Amino acid sequence: MQLDARIPAGPLTDKWDNHRAAVRIISPANKRKYEILVVGTGLAGAAAAATLAELGYNVKVFCLQDSPRRAHSVAAQGGINAAKNYRNDGDSIFRLFYDTIKGGDFRAREANVYRLAQVANNIIDQCVAQGVPFAREYGGTLANRSFGGAQVSRTFYARGQTGQQLLLGAYSAMMRQVAAGRITIYPRREMMDLVVIDGQARGLVCRNLVTGEFERYGGQAVVLASGGYGNVYYLSTNAVSSNVTAAWRAYKHGAGFANPCYVQIHPTCIPVHGDYQCKLTLMSESLRNDGRIWVPGQAGDRRQPAAIPEEERDYYLERKYPGFGNLVPRDVASRNTKEVCDQGRGVGKSGRAVYLDLRDAIERDGLEVMLQKYGNLFHMYEKITARDPGREPMMIYPAVHYAMGGLWVDYNLMSTIPGLFVLGEANFSDHGANRLGASAMMQGLADGYFILPATIGDYLAGTGHEPPDTGGKAYDLAVRRSEQRIAGLLKNTAGKKPGLQTATHYHRRLGSLLWNECGIARNRKGLQRALDAIPELREEFRHNVVVPGSGRELNQALEKAGRVADFMEFAEIMVRDALAREESCGCHLREESQTATHEARRDDEHFSHVAVWEYTGEGRAVMHKEPLSFEYVTPVQRSYT
Amino acid sequence: MTAPTITITIKIWRQAGPDVQGSFEEHTLRDLDVDMSLPEMLEVLNEQLTRQGKIPVAFDHDCLEGICGMCGAVVDGVAQGPEEKTTLCQLYLRHFHDNQTITIEPFRARAFPIIKDLVIDRSAFDRIIQAGGFVSVNTGAAPDGNVLPVARHLAEQAMDAAACSGCGACVAACPNAAAMLFVGAKISQLALLPQGRPERERRALSMVRAMDREGFGSCGNERECEAVCPKGISIRNIARLNREFLRASLAADETV
Ligand SMILES: Cc1cc2nc3c(=O)[nH]c(=O)nc-3n(C[C@H](O)[C@H](O)[C@H](O)COP(=O)(O)OP(=O)(O)OC[C@H]3O[C@@H](n4cnc5c(N)ncnc54)[C@H](O)[C@@H]3O)c2cc1C
Ligand code: SF4
Ligand code: FES
Repeated sequence: MQLDARIPAGPLTDKWDNHRAAVRIISPANKRKYEILVVGTGLAGAAAAATLAELGYNVKVFCLQDSPRRAHSVAAQGGINAAKNYRNDGDSIFRLFYDTIKGGDFRAREANVYRLAQVANNIIDQCVAQGVPFAREYGGTLANRSFGGAQVSRTFYARGQTGQQLLLGAYSAMMRQVAAGRITIYPRREMMDLVVIDGQARGLVCRNLVTGEFERYGGQAVVLASGGYGNVYYLSTNAVSSNVTAAWRAYKHGAGFANPCYVQIHPTCIPVHGDYQCKLTLMSESLRNDGRIWVPGQAGDRRQPAAIPEEERDYYLERKYPGFGNLVPRDVASRNTKEVCDQGRGVGKSGRAVYLDLRDAIERDGLEVMLQKYGNLFHMYEKITARDPGREPMMIYPAVHYAMGGLWVDYNLMSTIPGLFVLGEANFSDHGANRLGASAMMQGLADGYFILPATIGDYLAGTGHEPPDTGGKAYDLAVRRSEQRIAGLLKNTAGKKPGLQTATHYHRRLGSLLWNECGIARNRKGLQRALDAIPELREEFRHNVVVPGSGRELNQALEKAGRVADFMEFAEIMVRDALAREESCGCHLREESQTATHEARRDDEHFSHVAVWEYTGEGRAVMHKEPLSFEYVTPVQRSYT
Repeated sequence: MTAPTITITIKIWRQAGPDVQGSFEEHTLRDLDVDMSLPEMLEVLNEQLTRQGKIPVAFDHDCLEGICGMCGAVVDGVAQGPEEKTTLCQLYLRHFHDNQTITIEPFRARAFPIIKDLVIDRSAFDRIIQAGGFVSVNTGAAPDGNVLPVARHLAEQAMDAAACSGCGACVAACPNAAAMLFVGAKISQLALLPQGRPERERRALSMVRAMDREGFGSCGNERECEAVCPKGISIRNIARLNREFLRASLAADETV
């Protein structure tokens, strides 16, 4: 596998401009002869589809939901970053670049991250022009807030519904192109396979989720914007349908999978309250600005929070990190929360929760002020838990939130399969080993609105524009493979043999295995245990999963089972990747790699690389390395004490 | 401390496909945690049906936090259920009592054909947006975000309208199956903002035409839509839609 990142030459600040000036482009009259297939209508896919169509390409878009407007991106809350420096507080493109690359613990490419910081400003302009109702100051200018511990105020937001508003902006741009006849939308479709002809990605086989039929689509390039794989853990903050299936099919055709073990675990989510749950809810981390996190000092203390006197509480983040207190980065907060719960000091029904207490802030500023700031969060919390955070502390616990890992792409966002481009959370590109708050939307929209539309022409200029033969061998094979997968999942439908279980049952077991052994803190022994357990679980799943109904109709159980089957395979390279990375970095503590004071120790000498996994046959994979080098920043060890 | 549990009987609409006759089916579920949401309860039912070799209930859901607009059903006669400003996925069993029977059926409207059980086809909403629910600005053509100031209260009002999730409850609740609240919300958002002004006439005429074409009824001022809307979209948006439409019709000669 060749890993040429194709980083343009020249100084960091000029690379993107130089590159855009140098790449080949397709003439306006010729663009309409090209057909581009876009899988996914989240921020990344919708932005790309709309922009490509505006440029004159023909675009087909596919999504799982009944409407492209419902992609998982719709749920993003807090906001989107850009270095506009409207606040005059010293922000700059370089500072946004530096914060992002440092936040990623120096495990991302300098050139990519710098470009991201550069185009972020254009994103805000674009979204404003589309009619996104961003929050405003009284004077009518755009408002900002500081987010995720950033020292400048660079986050743009639309109440707690920024993702919804940005997505509807991109969706409306896409709908405009549907009306113009340049985009066709295919909702309720699942990509079942990628079609590669003569080494180039040329098409898709999709399952029509309403009729169950397999459909064949062809074009000159395929764009995957299918989101992240956090749901491999079963419980996460992701939408229920988020999956690895599309990316996994590409992987099996030879697309490298980069850093699969990098997963972000968000510290402030509503704790698990029952085994029937299939999803967790995020509470915005802005609460940490005013909330104090604590647990009882003694294990097993079951008193009500109000009955625990001040001196018997342990404000563990403030105690251990006096400089940052409750505002330490997400990974540090998550890890310490797990630790106090492991010590038996967790609270709530399950003991897997800690208090996030706004009492002092309410005493200081009054409930009114707190409600202005966090009213919608209070409301959401109360809705789910039936408890009022104005009267008693909230309970929170970390949950899986975001996948930094994803398909490997070069500077042009092309995977190791020519003609297959990967955008948004589905790629691995810009967040290194940890993502800063409000930067996922920035990256998805940068990829879709500005980067792919500028780079795809260079590839297309070398391909010609004849459509592939969708009746040909490659398609027949892809359809047959898909039919076999479906048949495999349905084999227990008729029978009544004992021991059959639903896909959800297996998904739950896989999730808890990964959460325990490949979660916040990892060690060799545990990862090895997981590696032994996964193939057994997968075999059991293959033999005993029961899926009711048939493949020729709307069958949600079948859809779910297909996604679980892919998670079962994917989990293995995720754990292997975690095992191979014998350093603590970004979101993860590798227990063998700690400092004397039990803080994470990164190992630049041995692990300053992107780990890229190549499929070499059923259940087999080899790892390649893309070395990372830093010319403009000096990797420093993060320290928050 | 164990959470209280309750027993619920679900009377649920089953319909195998678009053109077949549907009917209600009853199931009783015991020992349900009151912290369970409605979709979670349906998942419990589905696991049970699957183990019994029966076909599970098809129902749409995705975000489970009230924002994506995917879920939706008529619960005890009310679109999105009896709680105010609440989607189906945010309805918890603690809102019901022990041994209660809950009736669950799909949104019904001519423009939203049933696909299976609770799953409906809402693509008519997408086609209405295609008719004009956008600002015609290509990527890259935008001026700096602060070039056009927007008064704070207008931005807030635009945001109130923009919060619509496209769930379709308003249509299901309306005796005429009108889509006025949905369309009014989008028209309002864009009419309130300077970015949407240049196309306001064209947008109003074209979206209203699309609404009629899709088979939605006309507004009879029943206000049922506002009462069920999980996003709190106000009926004032319908008034604004009517004004915008009238204004556009009067100006039609010069502008369209
Ligand atoms: C609760 C929450 C809050 C967040 N808040 C923020 C925030 O404040 N700021 C921020 O920057 N980021 C935030 N994020 C992260 C951010 O929302 C996501 O990373 C981002 O939206 C992902 O966008 P995407 O376009 O890559 O993919 P998605 O939005 O996940 O879209 C994936 C698309 O692919 C389609 N798809 C998937 N698989 C298939 C298949 N097999 N076949 C066909 N179609 C398929 C889906 O239907 C969907 O259309 C948050 C995330 C969560 C969960
Ligand atoms: S107006 Fe309200 S009820 Fe109607 S689609 Fe929008 S959110 Fe749903
Ligand atoms: S599932 Fe998204 S709104 Fe209910």
